[in-house]
Amino acid sequence: MKCLRCKNSAVISGFCKNHFCSYFETKVKTTIKKYNLALKTEKIAVACSGGKDSTVVLYLLKKFGFDVCAIAIDEGIFNYRNKTLTELKKFCRDNKINLDIFSFKKEFGYSLDRMLEKTKTKPCTVCGIFRRYLLNKHSSKFNKIATGHNMDDEAQSILMNLFLNNSEILVKLGPRPGIVQDEGFVPRIKPLYFCTEKEVLAYSFLSGMKIGFNECPHIGKSYRHVVRDCLNDYESRHSGTKKNIIDNFLKMKFGNKSEKMNHCTKCKMPSRSELCSACLMLSQLKKC
Amino acid sequence: MKVFIEKDKKEIEINFCGSAGSLLKKLKINHISVLVVKESELVSEDAKLGNNDKIKILSVVSGG
Repeated sequence: MKCLRCKNSAVISGFCKNHFCSYFETKVKTTIKKYNLALKTEKIAVACSGGKDSTVVLYLLKKFGFDVCAIAIDEGIFNYRNKTLTELKKFCRDNKINLDIFSFKKEFGYSLDRMLEKTKTKPCTVCGIFRRYLLNKHSSKFNKIATGHNMDDEAQSILMNLFLNNSEILVKLGPRPGIVQDEGFVPRIKPLYFCTEKEVLAYSFLSGMKIGFNECPHIGKSYRHVVRDCLNDYESRHSGTKKNIIDNFLKMKFGNKSEKMNHCTKCKMPSRSELCSACLMLSQLKKC
Repeated sequence: MKVFIEKDKKEIEINFCGSAGSLLKKLKINHISVLVVKESELVSEDAKLGNNDKIKILSVVSGG
């Protein structure tokens, strides 16, 4: 298959290497502009794990000319976080980006592994609570916290909160999450909101980032893991499902302004179109 | 053909000639969750793979 914009072979999303990178960067820039995520005058803390998503956000915000600093949380997960933080330290050193690391052990007295020995609460719940707490606490001098959440993460979160009847959490989602403003909360932004996880990996690979595959040892115990596999299975059979989930969520959150009720010109019943669906279907049946 | 599957951290050797998409089907891997790399270059699912190629299957999903 040829690239949609030149004669080179396509490698992903219908584009060759160069045109894919350009398409990806434009998509991120458009998301930042459309949802007013950040200004060049603002100081942005990028919440980094050392994985591909947050590293790509850090790289792109710096490339676009934003004032960025990396913040990482060392939860204390044996044989996992130490590896990703080593990669992050190297990336920040090579790209001359300031990096601050805060640990559960130093801040709370326990590593995550030790906390999990003392509670039956799910690992992702414990980790998420303390990780968000530390990120917010140490970002008070910044205007925004940018995270590496991508389209897959967001589609999974929407479904998880629907399935679990968590409407109060569901309504907070979006490229600029949260509905309550408080001076103690640093606003969060998700520049990769419209990028699939596959596109993010492709961009990191094609940009020469050396990011190894690392998976948290606790992932198998999470509900997200179940929803992620179901959604990937569904996407492989019904392409565009993830995009439809987030597009519909945004329509519900920000309102569908195009909604206007008319009346069918033939039967006079309420209809959004000139002809109602029943009259349209009948006219098609009569032609057969 | 030598195929390194990143998620499982293992290399397998199989007899295969065909497209990258067919290789994923043969290995029962969902194409949504991986990228295929041939001789260090990213390739699309319709790219032709030969029996002497060195292939890497990168996992898209990561956690944490």
